[in-house]
Amino acid sequence: MPDLIIRNLHASIDGAEILKGVDLELSKGEVHAIMGPNGSGKSTLAHVLMGHPAYEVTDGEVVFQGEQVLELEPDERARLGLFLAFQYPSSIPGVTVANFLRLAVNAQRRGADGEENPIRIPEFRGMLQENMDALKIDRSMTSRYLNDGFSGGEKKRMEMLQMAMLRPQIAILDETDSGLDIDALRIVSDGVNRLVGPEMGALVITHYSRLLKYIQPHHIHVLVDGRIVRSAGPELADELEREGYAPYGVQEAAV
Amino acid sequence: MAELTREEQEAVAIGDYKYGFHDEVTSVFDMRRGLDEAVVREISAHKNEPEWMTEFRVKSYQHFLKRPLPQWGADLGTIDFDNIYYYLKPVEQQAKTWDDLPPGMRETWDKLGIPEAEKKYLAGVGAQYESEVVYHNLQEDLAKQGVVFLDMDSGLREHEDLVRQYFGTIIPYNDNKFAALNSAVWSGGSFIYVPPGVKVELPLQAYFRINAENMGQFERTLIIVDKDAYVHYVEGCTAPIYSTDSLHSAVVEIHVAEGGRCRYTTIQNWSTNVYNLVTKRAVAERNATMEWVDGNLGSQITMKYPAVILNGEGARGEVLSIAFAGKGQHQDAGGKITHAAPNTSSVITSKSISKDGGRSSYRGLLQVNEGAVGSKSKVVCDALIIDEDSRTDTYPYINIDENDVEIGHEATVSKIGEEQLFYLMSRGLSEEEASAMIVSGFVEPITKELPLEYAVELNRLIQLQMEGSVG
Repeated sequence: MPDLIIRNLHASIDGAEILKGVDLELSKGEVHAIMGPNGSGKSTLAHVLMGHPAYEVTDGEVVFQGEQVLELEPDERARLGLFLAFQYPSSIPGVTVANFLRLAVNAQRRGADGEENPIRIPEFRGMLQENMDALKIDRSMTSRYLNDGFSGGEKKRMEMLQMAMLRPQIAILDETDSGLDIDALRIVSDGVNRLVGPEMGALVITHYSRLLKYIQPHHIHVLVDGRIVRSAGPELADELEREGYAPYGVQEAAV
Repeated sequence: MAELTREEQEAVAIGDYKYGFHDEVTSVFDMRRGLDEAVVREISAHKNEPEWMTEFRVKSYQHFLKRPLPQWGADLGTIDFDNIYYYLKPVEQQAKTWDDLPPGMRETWDKLGIPEAEKKYLAGVGAQYESEVVYHNLQEDLAKQGVVFLDMDSGLREHEDLVRQYFGTIIPYNDNKFAALNSAVWSGGSFIYVPPGVKVELPLQAYFRINAENMGQFERTLIIVDKDAYVHYVEGCTAPIYSTDSLHSAVVEIHVAEGGRCRYTTIQNWSTNVYNLVTKRAVAERNATMEWVDGNLGSQITMKYPAVILNGEGARGEVLSIAFAGKGQHQDAGGKITHAAPNTSSVITSKSISKDGGRSSYRGLLQVNEGAVGSKSKVVCDALIIDEDSRTDTYPYINIDENDVEIGHEATVSKIGEEQLFYLMSRGLSEEEASAMIVSGFVEPITKELPLEYAVELNRLIQLQMEGSVG
């Protein structure tokens, strides 16, 4: 059975229906890309999967390894093994990256009965340094306040660092490529590729096909007007790059 | 402000406040409830005070009677002055060791979990720091250097001339109604004198605890920091939860001589049946520095605006204020700075948090006198509102009577954003943990100024305040 099953998912915000019946199955070891024009519901899907309170799910279900996800709070979903890399991560002034990461790692390590199992500081430090080096993040960043005054590229790297530290089973990347230059794009892609494997699957949400040159998806889905209108293999990226979303009735410049 | 029923108060007590217990210590001497001139004279007689102090008390009492309640700030009309005990003496004499205290009281200090350092101070001996009893050693060492650290009553007995020179000069008995009340019935508090050039490297600590119901606590503190000397004084306070009110009304006067520096840190965690109405003021002479770090987490109503009068050229004053107003609480806090000499500088930083219907106000006065040329001041007040039921207000009063000055003022009000919460929760933090993290980040500019132990304590108290606030 796939690790993550999305069935007939409908969701709305402020009474407007955005997702109109999404079906998708995803397992660890797999990379799925969701592509679609602006306003097709890509970011909504990411937020609904993680449990953003502004969205109302009106129909359908999401099952992760047999558990009904839609009943759960975002933190419970995180502890189950879901992760969302944000397109626009919030900044938290006054909270250092190191302090935040340690508390997040400890929250993740907490037992189902709420019992604490805090990571030992030397182990945490080692893990943090290893991951920062892999992502080419300067070590001084740990004493900065989380995302506070970060450049676009720094924020994306910080999302990748969090993913590496929290070791999710399914990572959802919401437009992680937006606003990145080629170097940053490569670093972010390496961050994902390093973790994808038997321990992790990824759902990569993107408007442009260029990210998919760096992160090779096994499957590509085209999301238009709240529904997946086509699913195919990696070759679909080239087709979308040539023809854009016009074949799906969307007037928009080439991707 | 939301009124709390008795049941709700007790629920709050059980849920959030861990110092709400009381012990059954029988006092050895107590005054009847209520206040009149006879009570004032009896307190003074009982303490065998010099006549000038008795007369000072009586004069203060007469002013207290005449002076109306302040018509601004929090609503104080509910204080029942006739129902308060103005003087309770819990033990016959000051204990030299913890073991000399009555068992119930000894247990309270243990239960409070005050660090060994503070316990030892109250026994008048010393305190442990890391694995060493450093306070004891330090005190002997400092005593040899002429440092005086006594309770105020002993200070009056042993250093009458010095006390008489300063007592009631920085905060006159007729400064305000509660300063008058304190001047009439004061008891306890600290007397500190630091001789020229002596730097007291570790903080001196005082811990204030109310145990009896309807208690009025009126400690009186006088700190004199002589030329080029330094001291950091830290106070903490808690009280039991009762369904009727207690009153804490202190007066703190500080004189910092040329080139001296004094830092005064308060972590106030009174139970939510305590009125906390305190007057604190310091005078800083030429090139002296006065810093108030004022953390208000507890109490039902707090009105407190630590003040610095910059009296000599080049003097510096700073007020760092944190107020946390939870259910049924009104924190009316802030700071006052008077630039009375040229080239003086000041900073007021205020951070307030309101939740569960709590109300916090920043009230500040910045005064620059004519002739205080080249003065610089910066006032920053930030308010964080946790939920829709809570309230925050800002009352920044600024009077500038000199042209050649630099003044900056910034104020912000923010709410914990849904996006911030969602972001942190998506990393596995519960809603409470996420809110607490945002709040501790919000107050970080102040906690980073505290010695580590107190920063940890303050963060822990904020976590406790945040618990049970959501979900």
